[in-house]
Amino acid sequence: MYTLKASQLAKRFGARKVFSDIDFQLHTGQSLAVVGPNGSGKSTLLKVLVSLLRPARGRVEYAEDGRPMDETTIRNRLSFVAPYLNLYDHLTAEENLRFFCTVGGHRVTGKEINGLLAGVGLEGRGHDLVDGYSSGMKQRLKYAVALLGDPDFLFLDEPGSNLDEQGREMIRALIEKRRQSSIVVIATNEPQEVGLAEQICRLGG
Amino acid sequence: MPSKSAGLAGRTFAVYAKDIRLELRTRYGLNAILMFGITTLAVVSFSLGQSGLSPKLLAALFWIIIFFSAMSGLAQVFIREEESGTALALRLTADPDAIYLGKLFFNLTLLSVMVVIITPLFFIFTDAPAGNVGRFVVVLVLGVLGLCGATTLVAAIIAKASVKGALFSVLSFPILVPLLITLTAATEKIFDGLTFTSVSAELQFLTAYAVVMITASVLLFKFVWQE
Repeated sequence: MYTLKASQLAKRFGARKVFSDIDFQLHTGQSLAVVGPNGSGKSTLLKVLVSLLRPARGRVEYAEDGRPMDETTIRNRLSFVAPYLNLYDHLTAEENLRFFCTVGGHRVTGKEINGLLAGVGLEGRGHDLVDGYSSGMKQRLKYAVALLGDPDFLFLDEPGSNLDEQGREMIRALIEKRRQSSIVVIATNEPQEVGLAEQICRLGG
Repeated sequence: MPSKSAGLAGRTFAVYAKDIRLELRTRYGLNAILMFGITTLAVVSFSLGQSGLSPKLLAALFWIIIFFSAMSGLAQVFIREEESGTALALRLTADPDAIYLGKLFFNLTLLSVMVVIITPLFFIFTDAPAGNVGRFVVVLVLGVLGLCGATTLVAAIIAKASVKGALFSVLSFPILVPLLITLTAATEKIFDGLTFTSVSAELQFLTAYAVVMITASVLLFKFVWQE
């Protein structure tokens, strides 16, 4: 059983306050939608949660069976998908998957890579350079990378961005499946994506 | 899916192999370094001629060419990650030690390739006395280690800045001054044909410099890399 706990989280850029007093606790099998208008700090909150940014105040705690997790274990058990988080354009999809798998401390077979690519609708495109992919295909590949190592914490910033309706449906099905066994945090304003989460965190008033 | 952890060596090699693969496909760093090195060498040789240069001047010219060529390409290893938006994915996934060591090995490879190409050309164009080849190779190896050890961390610092190129040279120069002075002194003695004992003090300093720079960089990189 994994736990993600945010206590009194606050973030400011210089004099500008982005958000403050964010509190929530999630256990495996629970999900949270972060909603709010543009500029309300949804992406910033996700970056703080995954330690890409330091909070101005408050704490983020990751725990496994009540015991705090160390930095390396958190990194190995966490995945993040966002429009501003890019993969390597001059590597093929398969090379990207193998690279992130190795540096993430996992091992993967060719069959598993094919399965991941097929799962996001990229079967047969594993040997193509990502540079030649459309923005929607790149977004699909990010999901394949995110699913490497079967993550226990899944953070999704605008999960449907750049995707066609078929892609959005695939992502909704994926979130529906993942939230049974992981902690899922989604930053979005799409009503259908918000509806996938049990808890809601509203930013910007 | 099985979750079996790759060790630090495996992760370091993955970062290194990824950068080598990207470099072979794009040639950002190698082209910059080689073009700068060959251009500078050509200008130096045509303007100064082939004969009459003292070993001191030749040694200084050699390390000036290597230094400025290194400045033009070694920072690419982190700038490329920031500019292409891949640094975030790397920051989230990979162990900072593996990233630093992978990038250091990549820069060592890049600068070594450059030195292997530029050094024979330098001797051809300037007619410099080779001295003892073995000793010169030792100085070259220690010079490459020192240059890469010091500049790889600086490259990580400046990668997020808006004036990357200028900042890289400005921040690197004070750290590299003792290295460059010692490299020039050691090279001058080798061009003069002096014995191994006469350059031992310089070799000790160069070894210590490389060890200190790489060790300090490994310890500090995590703080530079994360925010």
